[in-house]
Order: sequence, then C-alpha cells, then structure tokens
Amino acid sequence: MGVTLSTFAYLAASVLFILALRGLSHPETSRQGNTYGMIGMGVAIVATIFKGGIDFGGFMLIVAGLAIGGTIGTVVAQRIQMTALPQLVAAFHSLVGMAAVFVAAAAFYSPESFGIGIRGNIKTASLLEMSLGLAIGAITFSGSVIAFLKLDGRMSGAPITFEGQHKLNLGLGILLAVLILLFTLTGWGILFWLIAILSFALGFLLIVPIGGADMPVVVSMLNSYSGWAAAGIGFTIGNLLLIITGALVGASGAILSYIMCKGMNRSIINVLLGGFGSEGGTAAAGGDTDRPPVKAGSAEDAAYMMKNAQKIIVVPGYGMAVAQAQQVLREMADLLKKEGVEIKYAIHPVAGRMPGHMNVLLAEANVPYDEVFELEEINPEFADADVAFVIGANDVTNPAAKTDKSSAIYGMPILDVERAKTVFFIKRGMASGYAGVENELFFRPNTMMLFGDAKKVTQEIVQALQR
Amino acid sequence: MNPTELATQAQGIADRAAAFAETARRMAEAAAPAAEAVSPFLYLLTIFLLACFVGYHVVWNVTPALHSPLMGVTNAISSVIVVGAILAAGMAESTAARVFGFLGVTLAAVNIFGGFMVTRRMLAMFKKKGS
Repeated sequence: MGVTLSTFAYLAASVLFILALRGLSHPETSRQGNTYGMIGMGVAIVATIFKGGIDFGGFMLIVAGLAIGGTIGTVVAQRIQMTALPQLVAAFHSLVGMAAVFVAAAAFYSPESFGIGIRGNIKTASLLEMSLGLAIGAITFSGSVIAFLKLDGRMSGAPITFEGQHKLNLGLGILLAVLILLFTLTGWGILFWLIAILSFALGFLLIVPIGGADMPVVVSMLNSYSGWAAAGIGFTIGNLLLIITGALVGASGAILSYIMCKGMNRSIINVLLGGFGSEGGTAAAGGDTDRPPVKAGSAEDAAYMMKNAQKIIVVPGYGMAVAQAQQVLREMADLLKKEGVEIKYAIHPVAGRMPGHMNVLLAEANVPYDEVFELEEINPEFADADVAFVIGANDVTNPAAKTDKSSAIYGMPILDVERAKTVFFIKRGMASGYAGVENELFFRPNTMMLFGDAKKVTQEIVQALQR
Repeated sequence: MNPTELATQAQGIADRAAAFAETARRMAEAAAPAAEAVSPFLYLLTIFLLACFVGYHVVWNVTPALHSPLMGVTNAISSVIVVGAILAAGMAESTAARVFGFLGVTLAAVNIFGGFMVTRRMLAMFKKKGS
C-alpha cells in the first residue's frame, strides 16, 4: 500500500471518527456511531501496517502488542461495574498519556522512521512538537493516575494542600518551559528525560489538591489533555489523522469541562486551584435555633402519598449510586406506574462522578431514556408535580443557591424541587452536603425527611406499595 | 493593407506579447517563493484548527444524556496514537525505539478495545419506553 493510499485511508478514518461523535446526538443513532468509530480505528491500523517499510519482526511485535493490549482492554471493559466507570475512564486516560510518552521517545531515538531527521540531528520544529507532545502526555499520565486513585477510593478524596503549593507549581511550570526551549535548541537526550520527569511531577501536583467531588471536571479536563497529547504527537510525526482526532478529542473534553464548571457555577481556575470541600461533610451546626424542626416521615407515609399522586419527579444523585439503589428505585417506579402515576427523572449536570454518569446508571437499571430529563427541561415541571423524590442528591436541590448571596453555592443552577407539593428527601443523617452547606430545603413545610440508607428506605417503600 | 503595414502591426503585437510574457515571468517569480514559504507546519496547523471547529460543533450537538459514552468514544479514538507506535515498533533502526513502539502499541490497544467495548456496553443499556 503506497503513501497516497494510506493518506486516503487516514482521511476516511477521520471522517468515520467525526461520524462516531455525530451519532451521539441521539441514543437511537449512537450505537451506529460507535460502530463507525471501530471501523475507523480498524482502517487506520491496517493502513499503517501495510503502508510499507515494516519488516516481519516488527509486524510480529505489533500483532503481539495489539493482542496483549486488546485482551486486557476487552476483559476489563466487560467486567467493570457501571458505578466504577469514572475511575475506568481515568485509568484509560492515563494509558493514552503514557502511550504519547512512548511514541515521543520512539520518535526521539528513531527519527528516520517518521522522516523528521536523523538521530542526533532532528529538525528544530520537530523537537519542539515532540517535547510538547511528551510534556502533555506525561502530565495526562500522572494526573490521571491520581484521579483514578481518588475516584477508586484508594487515596483519600480530600484535597491535599500545603504551604506555597501554587508557587511551587508555577515555578515548575516555568522550569518546564525553559527545559523545552533548551531541548528544542540542543536536542540533548538528557533534557528529553528531564522534561518527562518534571511533567510527571507536575501532573501529580496539579491534581492532588482537587477534591473528590470536583472529579467530573478533572476527568473531563484530562480527557481534553489526552486529545491535545495525541495532536502534539501528530504534529511531531506529521500525521494528519492524529492531528484531526486529537483536535476532536481535545475540543470534546474542553466542552465537557466547561459544562461541568457551569453546573457548579465555578470557574475552571477555581476548580484547578483546588482545596474546595471534602468528602462526607460535617454535621450541621446545632446552634441555629431559629430553624423550625425538620419533619421526619416513614416509608409507609411516603408510599401512601406517592400512590395517590399524579406526577412524581425523581431526583437521583451520587448517593443513590453509592447505595446501589437504582434497581430498587426502578422497581418502585414500576409499581407506581401501575397505579397510574406519571414518573419522570431529573438529572443535574454534575450528578455523579463524571458527565452523564447518572444517565448510564439509570439506563443500566432499565429506566427508559425518554423518562430522564436535563435540568433546563424539567425545572418548569416541578410546579405541577405532586411529589419530588430526592434520593442521594443534596446540594443540587438547595434553594439557598438562588437566594442566599452568602452561601458557598450561590449562583449554582439547581433543581427547583421545593416547588413540588411534597418533597421526600432520603438522607442518612443531618450532615451537610459536599459543599459543606446546610440545605434549607429540609426545613421547608412541604419537605418530609426519610432518614436511612437510600436502598433500604426505597426497599421499605416498595414493600409498603406491594401490601 | 500593404505588406509593410502588416509587418509593423505584427511587430507591435509581438512586442506587446513579449512585454506580457516578461510581466508574467516577474509575477511568477514573485509568487514562487511565497508558495514555497507555506511550511508543512502551517499546513498541519490549518487542518488542526479546522478540526477543532468541527469538534466544537459536533460535540455541542451531543445530547447530555450521552456524555459518558462520549468520553468512552473520545477515549478510544484518542488512542489513534497507536499509528505512531506501530511505525516505531515496525520499522525503527534502534532497539530502544522498537521497545517504546511495542509498549505504545500495547497501551493504546488496551484503550482502543476497552474504550469501544465499554461504550458499546453503555449504549446497549439506553432503551426507549416500552422496548
């Protein structure tokens, strides 16, 4: 296969990748889109292998790598639980980052293979592109490893901050820029590895101060980085497919980061500087005696009221996933639907630990996607809902975000659950949410708290409905 | 029209043609270095920026419900970096480069297969009411 033909194959693969993303505009077309993506990847790999210049030993090496990696990837993808999706994606991002580091190293030690000069005498422009691809790849790798450890609970989700952290990061960033400049001018091997080590350290330091529940932004951002790393390598080896795909992925991750930040009403800088909130939260201060007492109800009360409702909006949050309550929640919805109740689900943009996570978890529990709505679509409907059923969500329902300027979450878009005639709020105790803010909703006259584990309470409601 | 007049006219046309040719030559000379100056980098940068725009518009069209599968797919396709790793593993002179290439192919393959598979699993769960 000649160079012209392989270039054409790369063009075809680029188009197929764009179609893969395009398919995701609707669940109906998405499966087809994923198939396009797979075909595109197949075309790209085959075209590269048969472009010419690859010897037999090399061919065997490639096949071995594809077989080993492919087996691991397939097994992992089939076994992973959907609740563990965010950490899986973080782990995958780290692999893209590391692969970029390896390809940069290969290009450095064998520039002839990519037509960018000979060893020890690589074109200046290529050295710059190479070091950028290397640095972004290395930062993606170590940053994603930290994100993985935090999401997987192997490392505390609490932000790790210390004196002079931002100054240290800034200093290292400047040092990195200087090293890249020196490497571009000299092409010395030692500088190549210094850039790698410094970038690994920087990726680690950048993600460490970011709290567990800010991870949706981090995962999206690393998604973006992995794209820019691929594009950087594409510039280095002059490959159009890498550049186009890298740009698509980079843009996608950037947009997701933006959507996540908007969902929390925080700037990306604010998230990256870190140190915001910690897992768990603390019990609300007891000194506030002006508050009316909260009303607590039983599962029987909730079952009775919901059975007689016309329209119920369910507001699931990450707590539902932690309690693994999505299956029993859907059972509850099925029983209520049999009673003639209309059920809808309301999803906040930052529900879950990665963009769209809650939608996948509900889909896994066989909730039809046309019963699930986004914040803007569903908010006007709370006013004519008889019941809002909040399960595992907290901060995203706090009316204080709309009225209390002193609140840490002021300005954050929230679900207008308080407009429903009755609000059922499942909660383990009176502890505040992730943002450390007390939820005003608990003290509203139309709110009834259902204390207990999300799964257990929902099961009790199901039993009461069956009676 | 006598032959002399005809000859003069022909001479005039020929002169003008020569002048045109000279102008054209000068213009070509002026244009040629400009054409050479479009470096491969600028050409790649053009494509990169256009691809960013395509990505921007396509991704805003993705329904928020499918943002997780979007991450799965972008994860898989960003592993197209495997192309660079294949070239290194398959044809590099240096052993070090071959080893790096092989490691790159393996890591990217985990991602390609894992990314597309997990996305397929996710998408298979999204069902319409009553189906």
